Amino acid sequence: MNKIVDKEYFSDNVVKLVIEAPEIAKSRKAGHFIILRVGTKGERIPLTIVGSDTENGTITIIVQKMGVSSIKLVNLEVGDYITDVVGPLGNATHIEKAGTVLASGGGVGVAPLLPIVEAFKNAGNKVITVLAARSKELIILEEQIRDFSDEVIIMTDDGSYGKKGLVTLGLEEVINREKIDLAVTVGPAIMMKFVGLLTKKYNIPTLASLNTIMVDGTGMCGACRVTVGGRTRFVCVDGPEFDAHQVDFDEMLSRLNAYKKQEEKAYENYLSKYRKV
Amino acid sequence: MDRILEYLKKEREQEWRVEIRSKIKTKDRTSMERLDMPEEDPDVRNKSYVEVNKGLLVEQAIYEAQRCIDCVKPTCVEGCPVGINIPKFIKKIETGEFLESAKILKETNALPAVCGRVCPQEVQCEMTCFYTQKLGKPPVAIGNLERFVADYERNSGQISIPEISSRNGIKVAAIGSGPSGLSFAGDMIKMGYDVTVFEALHEIGGVLKYGIPEFRLPNDIVDVEIEILHKMGVRFVTNFIVGKTATIDDLKKEGYTAFFIGSGAGLPNFMNIPGENYVGIYSSNEYLTRVNLMKAADPEYDTPVISGNNVAVIGGGNTAMDSVRTAKRLGAERAMIIYRRSIEEMPARDEEIKHAQEEGIEFLNLNSPIEYFADENGRVNKMKVQKMKLGEPDDSGRRRPVPIKGSEYFIDVDTVIVSVGVSPNPLIPKSIKELDVSSWGTIKVNKDSLQSSVSDIFAGGDIVRGGATVILAMGDGRMAAAAMNKYIKEKVRNIISLVKEFKTIGDILDFATK
Ligand SMILES: Cc1cc2nc3c(=O)[nH]c(=O)nc-3n(C[C@H](O)[C@H](O)[C@H](O)COP(=O)(O)OP(=O)(O)OC[C@H]3O[C@@H](n4cnc5c(N)ncnc54)[C@H](O)[C@@H]3O)c2cc1C
Ligand SMILES: Cc1cc2nc3c(=O)[nH]c(=O)nc-3n(C[C@H](O)[C@H](O)[C@H](O)COP(=O)(O)OP(=O)(O)OC[C@H]3O[C@@H](n4cnc5c(N)ncnc54)[C@H](O)[C@@H]3O)c2cc1C
Ligand code: SF4
Ligand code: FES
Repeated sequence: MNKIVDKEYFSDNVVKLVIEAPEIAKSRKAGHFIILRVGTKGERIPLTIVGSDTENGTITIIVQKMGVSSIKLVNLEVGDYITDVVGPLGNATHIEKAGTVLASGGGVGVAPLLPIVEAFKNAGNKVITVLAARSKELIILEEQIRDFSDEVIIMTDDGSYGKKGLVTLGLEEVINREKIDLAVTVGPAIMMKFVGLLTKKYNIPTLASLNTIMVDGTGMCGACRVTVGGRTRFVCVDGPEFDAHQVDFDEMLSRLNAYKKQEEKAYENYLSKYRKV
Repeated sequence: MDRILEYLKKEREQEWRVEIRSKIKTKDRTSMERLDMPEEDPDVRNKSYVEVNKGLLVEQAIYEAQRCIDCVKPTCVEGCPVGINIPKFIKKIETGEFLESAKILKETNALPAVCGRVCPQEVQCEMTCFYTQKLGKPPVAIGNLERFVADYERNSGQISIPEISSRNGIKVAAIGSGPSGLSFAGDMIKMGYDVTVFEALHEIGGVLKYGIPEFRLPNDIVDVEIEILHKMGVRFVTNFIVGKTATIDDLKKEGYTAFFIGSGAGLPNFMNIPGENYVGIYSSNEYLTRVNLMKAADPEYDTPVISGNNVAVIGGGNTAMDSVRTAKRLGAERAMIIYRRSIEEMPARDEEIKHAQEEGIEFLNLNSPIEYFADENGRVNKMKVQKMKLGEPDDSGRRRPVPIKGSEYFIDVDTVIVSVGVSPNPLIPKSIKELDVSSWGTIKVNKDSLQSSVSDIFAGGDIVRGGATVILAMGDGRMAAAAMNKYIKEKVRNIISLVKEFKTIGDILDFATK
């Protein structure tokens, strides 16, 4: 049982939660995630640790409402308890001084991107970040990302904020402009796929942080498996970051949709039961 | 062994034993037929999670206990990995002292209600029983009797909570809450230690909870055992991954003196054949965890599971049987076992194979998958299978399956469960650099003390043996507890003798700062 000590809405659908978890706060590094469960009938869902405070023994997560589990989480208030929180899971990001790092985040992928950008900046890199979303309201954490980036480029599909166009357009402009030593991308699988295709064209090593479906997060089940360079890897213990040029994103996309029907049904049931979102 | 035999012999000469033996002539005992375990109707049970075996009634248990002739040299005990005093507990059933009988079981077996249900008695005590060995008759139903006694005690509401020596304040930890960790914890708390069990998942019990299904081992039964440990003072910490949440070194700083690693063999193996990552293809670990731990089949719970109409389970062990029988219960029209050897070579328990057959599971023996196919959404819809024949025996003595060229054919499937073994979880070994690990990933230990290459770390169960059994894991937990107790006592003695050498307070302070 872990207590929620702070809650902040970034938009209707994106919420920051600060949770008591002293041990995790102490041992986590950039790139780590947790798995949590809301209620004894809840599902185990993975979420990135965006930040931590070792003095107060808290960790910060940012959640986007996707389906039943994330909605249940977002509906919790300060003072409520989360049934189970376990972590830190996964491997920490391998942070090095590469030179110029080009980061890209899409949608709620910006949350997991934040600690990575922070760490690369602190390691002495020049960091350029491209944030992308469908429209202005969906751009989150801009300020925090700016704190650790030398330059931030905003892209929206509808042009309601920043430049109009997809994330790849913003990236390509930077690539044509200056030498990039490393790219990092976190976002929807489809976005990471196209970022990978782009950077491959320019021979830029690229890390993608994968958000597969998970159950235990300790390597026990294989729910999170992806094909990387022709080999099956488990995202929870071998990742979550992999060489974007080696990941089979099409397979990952179909695996992410494995439970689409059940999720939609669960969502409808949930709505009819609680009439509250 | 001789000492144990001596002991068993002496026990056998106790008055009550002699008296009960003389009540029925040996010849009459051996002419009694073995009682079958009463079972739920296959057509009822394959649609629900009720326990398949219903347990013996009091009269049935007494009858079966009478079959045991109380041998001078009880060979059954040799077949039991933890050396339960089998004839003694059975004779206490014959006299009707069931609670006494339970005490005898618990002297050596921390989890009799569990072992009575899941132990492969047919290759252990029942195989070495006099009836099997010398009479060529069905053995005394030792497993059914063990289960009867444990259930009787639990239902009586008079479960004996073992006595605990006075607390010694020394902190020790078990890592993993499977049968090895639980039995270790039980013994250490009895010896007065301050015991904490760390578990990565949100539930205590290891494979007993997430792996073995309700219809074979109800969770309630495991919970009762855990509750007893809890009452004895064992502290359980869930959602704590040693090596991640905190390292062993961190725990040492918190005052833990020694550790028992019982982290199991949790990593699922796949076959690495084309198409194995299509949607609808699970490891048995994932499938069983979703259903058993996360209750995915219950609409009240949030975790989903794909439970198709045509389910193929690859493998022939207990895990494969549990998966295929679960799939049937989730509504599969066709639930198939696909195994590359013949039914005789299957590692699953005889009872599981029999139950599966009764429940309408199809057995496609001497078949092996070679490729999976999917629809446009990446969902598995077909598999290519090759027929096999048995060739020369391999290292394990089992005849090696050899593919038959040109025998490939297709089977329509919408769910596949890959159940081809597990490997040790590398999480802990990876987090302790000095720990000696075999090329299989198992932790290397001294086989008499279960002490690892790091002197204050002991290990047992599947992390040492690879996939083994509940009773072996439990036995390891007990052996490690005894060895760790000895190790700590010796350490304490050394410190005391050192302290005695001190002449001034300065010496003591000097030592303390070191
Ligand atoms: C390592 C890792 C880190 C993550 N970090 C964050 C984070 O910091 N913040 C955050 O909001 N989310 C994060 N996610 C994704 C998050 O776990 C999912 O959004 C969540 O599990 C959805 O559950 P749900 O029940 O609310 O939605 P569901 O009803 O399960 O799904 C609704 C929709 O979301 C899609 N979906 C389901 N699971 C995932 C998934 N794992 N990733 C992406 N889409 C999914 C489904 O296809 C469906 O369209 C992370 C995932 C991983 C693996
Ligand atoms: C489906 C199935 C059916 C089986 N049927 C039978 C049967 O009928 N009869 C039989 O005798 N045997 C059976 N077995 C085998 C038997 O269950 C195992 O041999 C036994 O459970 C091993 O016990 P263990 O204590 O070594 O570990 P486990 O039971 O595997 O428990 C290990 C525990 O450690 C936890 N853990 C791992 N790493 C960490 C960490 N770093 N920190 C904290 N916790 C950690 C895990 O989450 C797990 O809960 C079956 C196994 C399976 C999977
Ligand atoms: S070997 Fe069989 S008959 Fe003999 S004591 Fe053991 S259980 Fe009884
Ligand atoms: S989530 Fe189970 S193995 Fe990765």
